[in-house]
Amino acid sequence: MLQAKVQEVFNEPGCATNRGKTEKQRKAGCAKQLTPGAAAGGCAFDGAKIALQPITDCIHLVHGPIACEGNGWDNRHAKSSGPETYRIGATTDMSDLDVVYGGEKKLYRAIKEAIARFDPPAVFVYQTCVPAMIGDDIVKVCEVASQKLGKPVIPVNAPGFVGKKNLGNKLGGEALLDYVIGTEEPAVTTPCDINIIGDYNIAGELWQVEPLLTELGIRVLGRITGNARYHDVTVAHRARISMIVCSQALINVARKLEERYGIPYFEGSFYGITDTSQALRTIARMLVERGAPPDLLERTEALIGREEAKVETRLAAYRRRLEGRKVLLYTGGHKSWSVISALGDVGIRVIGTSVRKSTADDKERARDLMGEDGKLYEALPQSEMYRMLKEGEADMMLSGGRTQFIALKAKTPWLDMNQERHQAYAGYVGMLALVEEIDRALANPVWEQLRLPAPWDDMEGEG
Amino acid sequence: MAEVVASRKSLTINPLKMSQPLGGAMAFMGVDSCMPLLHGSQGCTAFGMVLLVRHFREAIPFQTTAMNEVTTILGGLDNLEQACVNIHKRTQCRVIGICTTGLTETRGEDLAGDIRLIRQRHPELDGVALVAVPTPDFSGALQTGWAKAVTAMVEQLVQPASGSVAGQVNILAGSHLTPGDIEEIREMVEAFGLEPIILPDLSGSLDGHVPDHYVGTTYGGTTVEDIRAMGASVHTIAIGRQMGPAAEALAAKAGVPFTVLDRLTGLVAVDAFVRLLQKISGRGAPPKVRRQRSQLQDAMLDGHFSFGRTKVALAAEPDLLFSLSAFLAEMGGEVVTAVTSVESPVLDLVPAARVVVGDMDDFERSAAEQGAALLMTHSHGRMVAHRLGVPLFRVGFPMFDRLGAAHQRTVGYKGTRDLIFALGNLLIEHSHEDGPDEWPPLGTGVPVEDGHAPAATH
Repeated sequence: MLQAKVQEVFNEPGCATNRGKTEKQRKAGCAKQLTPGAAAGGCAFDGAKIALQPITDCIHLVHGPIACEGNGWDNRHAKSSGPETYRIGATTDMSDLDVVYGGEKKLYRAIKEAIARFDPPAVFVYQTCVPAMIGDDIVKVCEVASQKLGKPVIPVNAPGFVGKKNLGNKLGGEALLDYVIGTEEPAVTTPCDINIIGDYNIAGELWQVEPLLTELGIRVLGRITGNARYHDVTVAHRARISMIVCSQALINVARKLEERYGIPYFEGSFYGITDTSQALRTIARMLVERGAPPDLLERTEALIGREEAKVETRLAAYRRRLEGRKVLLYTGGHKSWSVISALGDVGIRVIGTSVRKSTADDKERARDLMGEDGKLYEALPQSEMYRMLKEGEADMMLSGGRTQFIALKAKTPWLDMNQERHQAYAGYVGMLALVEEIDRALANPVWEQLRLPAPWDDMEGEG
Repeated sequence: MAEVVASRKSLTINPLKMSQPLGGAMAFMGVDSCMPLLHGSQGCTAFGMVLLVRHFREAIPFQTTAMNEVTTILGGLDNLEQACVNIHKRTQCRVIGICTTGLTETRGEDLAGDIRLIRQRHPELDGVALVAVPTPDFSGALQTGWAKAVTAMVEQLVQPASGSVAGQVNILAGSHLTPGDIEEIREMVEAFGLEPIILPDLSGSLDGHVPDHYVGTTYGGTTVEDIRAMGASVHTIAIGRQMGPAAEALAAKAGVPFTVLDRLTGLVAVDAFVRLLQKISGRGAPPKVRRQRSQLQDAMLDGHFSFGRTKVALAAEPDLLFSLSAFLAEMGGEVVTAVTSVESPVLDLVPAARVVVGDMDDFERSAAEQGAALLMTHSHGRMVAHRLGVPLFRVGFPMFDRLGAAHQRTVGYKGTRDLIFALGNLLIEHSHEDGPDEWPPLGTGVPVEDGHAPAATH
């Protein structure tokens, strides 16, 4: 059954890469075989949890030995405006006895204890490698638990060995489609209800954008899954349109919402001024096409004009300081291009970007934005990355935590662009925050001191 | 002293424990030119890597055999083989530290057999030590994984020697010691004219130095040559009960006599260490060490006001739990809550009524019930501290929301002195001063028990 699901997810008509494949290639799936001894990145379980854990009022229960949750909990900054239940690390912590006798009973008891203790609106149960290998049937356990305990208990079947993080994101999305979306109705609906899909409210980025939507009378009805309550996911089928924020991760959810409920979707980004304005325009246009009051278009243009003017004024000061600075971007997905355009707004040049998790569309956009000199990296070896920074080919690197210390050890400024970050960079204010952070890093006087050799290093010491 | 009980819940809430393979990999990070490798799904390595990077704030060399659905069914030999070959090709590594995971252990991989085959097929790997350790995720904890990796290194690398090298001593360092701790231990040992070989030596690799070129493996730590030469040492000092089996293995293999010191924090414990160093070296304590002891005495005099009868809740892996709880008790504190990750014989010695093998939730509930005035655990305890409104002093791994975790030092006279100051300052900052209405009339308080005055009831 899991195999069928994986096949289905791989065969995603919404994905441009997939559309370009032959029938045979499509069947082979899109998971590139990882190279043992030269691989990096999370597993499918990791991806599923990333996609679903932002549902803030639920318990996220990991069925497996301690590694999966004990090593992994409490490591992201998806923010909540209310409930903190999602931050609880919950696991069955399977022991060797559980491996021998099976973990299903323990899982059932754990679900029961979680409900008794925290009374969440729902429990998400994550499968991991070991119980999958010994044949623990979490779907069945969840079904029984739902019936007996009277709460939705949702199986998320994405054990680590089935593939990479991205596949896990999609399998997480499938769990929402199969068990959550459409199970409740909203109290009221409006012609301006939208879904935001694929944003996890990392560092509170939604809060940089949502006030603008609210001002326009647009309501985020379905949240998949940043700052969501369980109810915000169940009613997503009643939105008028969906915006998918991360181009790859949850495309299956957006597409199936269209297929099943006729909700059209578009792909957009809130990184950078141009993209934010573009996203707002598209939301307004699509809502009007689906029956929202036509004056929404004008009001949106007015808001865009006002916000762009404000941020332009504020950015002008930075443009003078940052013009011509060179940045190496090592992230993935839509960020591979959206950040380039954002930085271009203040005159920063991106000399190279990674396109690891990017679609063909992403790559093309990155290529257009960077011009001839910019390089697209499928994979940049850490040694090469170090050399580029050490030799000053870039003034700064924007990447994720895993490569942070490549930059810092090369005595080069670095900024966190990944999901572990603490800073929010979305929308117009977020762009300003990003530029402010880049300027703060580049302007720090430590770099000059660090690059100077010790002045006393010309004399032999005692040992 | 303590009654050791296991938490009886099916649901672990807010784990204290981390996994065995992570501990094993961490131990390999204290070996020079090494690549730790987890034999499992790529997520096993990714999660561990994130924790290590956040704690040490260093680039962490850490690889995976990237097992997938097919190899999980058919067996992991090919993946292990490819991983070793690829790591050798891409880095100048001298050691590959292979730890299994829940995935490969559940399948029942024949690790020793696989490595024999890889050796036969790949003579180019002859110069690379392949050290293999079975570390299933479903038993033990970080500390036991670390201990197993060190034992494996001893069993697989140490060579018996024909004679011993005068003044050469082995230090087997437990997982609870920071790079800063190890640096302190080295200085104390060297102060007696002895030459220590420390295994693993995180102070060489993860002390936060800045190399001037890119290195894809660990840079610094115990060298393979030094590990091989451990058989020629005159004595082995194992620090932490977890290091006992490795010390025994060394004795069995090379006949090196050993002493296990359960802890190195607190006046009495450090005195025992110094006494041992005197015996091994035949030298008296140098002036530097005498001065450090005197400074610690003074710190105890200045600090005891803050510690006496202070209720402390503590959650840590067994050896760290024992070390800190004994220290707190010796400073007059009361360990009202003691939670740990895994069983260990050292837990019986913890100066507390009960030690619970459990999670952060056990810790939180007990600390609240007991009215603890101070919490000590790793960074995941920050949410507990926030909820209870009680100050948290971060100890152990991971410590991802503070700078300088690698340099936090709690061993030796100096480390104990610094710990008294750091904890004492936190207690002073949060000390309570009585207001006008906080004095109940005499006779309404709790009766005097056992000759103790009752603690103030506010």
